[in-house]
Amino acid sequence: MTQPPLLFQLSDVSFSYRHTKVLEGIDLQLCSGRFYGLLGANGSGKSTLIELIMGGHKALAGTILYKNKSIESYSRQELATQLALVPQNFAMSFEYQVSDVVLMGRHPHIPRFSSPAKTDREAVADAMQTMDISHLRSRPVCALSGGELQRVVMARALAQETEVLILDEATSNLDIHHTIAIMQVMRKRVTEKGLTVIAAIHDLNLAAAFCDECLVLKEGQLFAHGPVQQLFTSELLHRAFAVEATVHHHGNHGRPQIQFRYQ
Amino acid sequence: MTSSRPILLIMLLFLTLCATIILATGMGFLEIAPLEVIKILWSQAGNHKVSGIDPTFPFVVMEVRLPRILTAALVGGGLAVAGAVFQAILLNPLADPYTLGISSGAAFGASLAIVLSLFGIFVPAWLSIPVFAFLGAMATLIGVFSLAAPDNRLSSNTLILSGVIVAAILSAGIGFIKYLADEQVSVIIFWLMGSFVGRTWADVLSTTVVVLPGLLFILYFARDLNVMALGERTADTLGVETARVKKMLLLCASLITAICVSVSGIIGFIGLIIPHLLRLILGPDNRMLLPACFLGGAILLLGADTITRAWLPAEIPIGVLTSLIGGPFFCYIFRKKQLAAAS
Repeated sequence: MTQPPLLFQLSDVSFSYRHTKVLEGIDLQLCSGRFYGLLGANGSGKSTLIELIMGGHKALAGTILYKNKSIESYSRQELATQLALVPQNFAMSFEYQVSDVVLMGRHPHIPRFSSPAKTDREAVADAMQTMDISHLRSRPVCALSGGELQRVVMARALAQETEVLILDEATSNLDIHHTIAIMQVMRKRVTEKGLTVIAAIHDLNLAAAFCDECLVLKEGQLFAHGPVQQLFTSELLHRAFAVEATVHHHGNHGRPQIQFRYQ
Repeated sequence: MTSSRPILLIMLLFLTLCATIILATGMGFLEIAPLEVIKILWSQAGNHKVSGIDPTFPFVVMEVRLPRILTAALVGGGLAVAGAVFQAILLNPLADPYTLGISSGAAFGASLAIVLSLFGIFVPAWLSIPVFAFLGAMATLIGVFSLAAPDNRLSSNTLILSGVIVAAILSAGIGFIKYLADEQVSVIIFWLMGSFVGRTWADVLSTTVVVLPGLLFILYFARDLNVMALGERTADTLGVETARVKKMLLLCASLITAICVSVSGIIGFIGLIIPHLLRLILGPDNRMLLPACFLGGAILLLGADTITRAWLPAEIPIGVLTSLIGGPFFCYIFRKKQLAAAS
C-alpha cells in the first residue's frame, strides 16, 4: 500500500496567548484523503491548533508546512481555495438568503466584479442538495433554526470545494439525527472523493465511529495520535480525559465503542 | 443576487435624484419653472444663448441655489454610504458614523475653531472650521483605533465600546467649549445643528473630491463586505483580508463623514435610516445597497433641505429637521422589528 501524500507537517510548533501557553512542541503529520478526529478536553488547544493550520495565527516557534511549503507563504486567497472551515458558532446580522450564503463559499473562486459562472451555481446547488437544504434556498438565514443554520454553514464550506475541510466542533449544537447525517456525508466524501477532513469533536463515540485517525490533545501537548482501532483504550481515556470507561471492539465494523462508567 | 430588480431600483433612484435637483433649483423665493431650469443649465453647460428667460435667473440658479443643492445631495449621499459601511463592518444594523464618535470628533474640532476665533486667536473662521472639524474626526478615529488596537482583529464590540468612550469624553469637551464661549455660545450651537445656508462651489468641490472617489473605493470592496457578514473568522478562511479591509474602509468612511460634517455641521439619522430602509427593499447585498444608499441619501437630504429653504416660513436648521423626522421614524422601524422578532 502506497503512503498517501503528506498535506500538513508540523514540527515543534508552540503558541501562546500573551503569557498563557496554549500549544507546546507539537509534532504532527497529516496525510491527504484521511478523516482525522481532533480530541481533547475543553481548553486543551484544539481551536488554536485549527487556527494555526489554517494560517489564522502565526506559530511562535516551530514550522507548519502545507504541501511542503510554509503555511505563511500562501496568500489568504490561495489558502481559501485549499482549506475550508466550518466554525462552531455562527450568527448573521443581515438577512441574506440561504442560497446567497452558500454562494459566498464560492468567493475565492469568483474574480472581483464577475458574476457566478455555471460551475459556481452547480457547486452551490450540489452542496445544498447534499446538506438537504434545497427547499430553504430563498429563506432568510435569520429565520432558520439552529440545526438548519448549521447545515447552511456546512453547505457553504462544501461549495468552497477545497481539498481540506476543517470542522471546529461543527456538530456540537445539532441533534443526533443531523449529527450522524453530517458525519456520514463527510465520511462518504473522504472515501469516495479523497477529501481530507480534520474535525474537532467532543463526542468520543462519534469520533471512533467515523474517523480514520484521532489526535488527542492534553494541556497543549499532543498526547496520542493513531488509528481509531488501536488508539482508544481504557487507560488512554483515563489519562487524557479523566474518565472511567470500557472499550468494546466487537461489531460496528471493528470500530471501538466506548462505554462510560457514570457512578 | 442575480435578479434585475435592484438595478431597476437604482436607475429609478438616479432619475428621482435628477428630478429632485431640477425641481429644488426652481423652488424658493423666486419661482423658476423646471423647464426654464433645464434651459439655464443647458445654456451654462455649453455657452448657448437662450432667449425668453429673466436675466437674473441664471445668477440665482448657478451662484445661489445650485451650490447649496449639490452640497446637500453630496453630504446626504456621503453620510448614507458611510452609515452603510459602518453597519456592514461592525455587523450591527444600528451602527452609523456617530457610533464610532467620528461625528462628535468633527463637532469638537469645529467648536474649538469657533471658540478660538471668538477669542481672536485663529482667523478666518471659514477656513478654520472645516479644517478643525476634519482634524477632529481624524484624531477621534486614531484615538478609537488605538484604544481598540490590542484586539488586533478589531472586533465590533471593542470598536463600538471605544467609540462610545471617546464620544462621551468629546461631548464633555464640547460642553466645556460652550461654557468658555459664554455669551456667544449661540454661534457654536447653531453650527452644531447643521445648515447648508450660503454654501459655495468651493464646498461642492471639496465634498466631491472626497465623497465620489470614496464611494468608488468602497464599491471595490463591496463583495468582501458581503462575505464579512459571515464573521471575521469565516471571512478570513474565504480569502478576505478582513482586518485590512476593515481598517481601510473604516478610514474611508470616516473621511467621508469628516468632510460631510465639516461643510454642513451635524446632520443625524441619514446614515441610519437610508441604509436601513433600502436594505428592507433591496436586501443586504452591498454591491447594490451602497450605490442605492448614495442616491437615496442624496434625495432625502436634498428634499429635507428644500423643505426648510423653500416651504417653511422660517428656516429651521437642517440637522434639527432630519432628527425630528428621522428619530420617530427610526423608533417606529426599531419597534416593528423588535415585535417581529418577539413573535
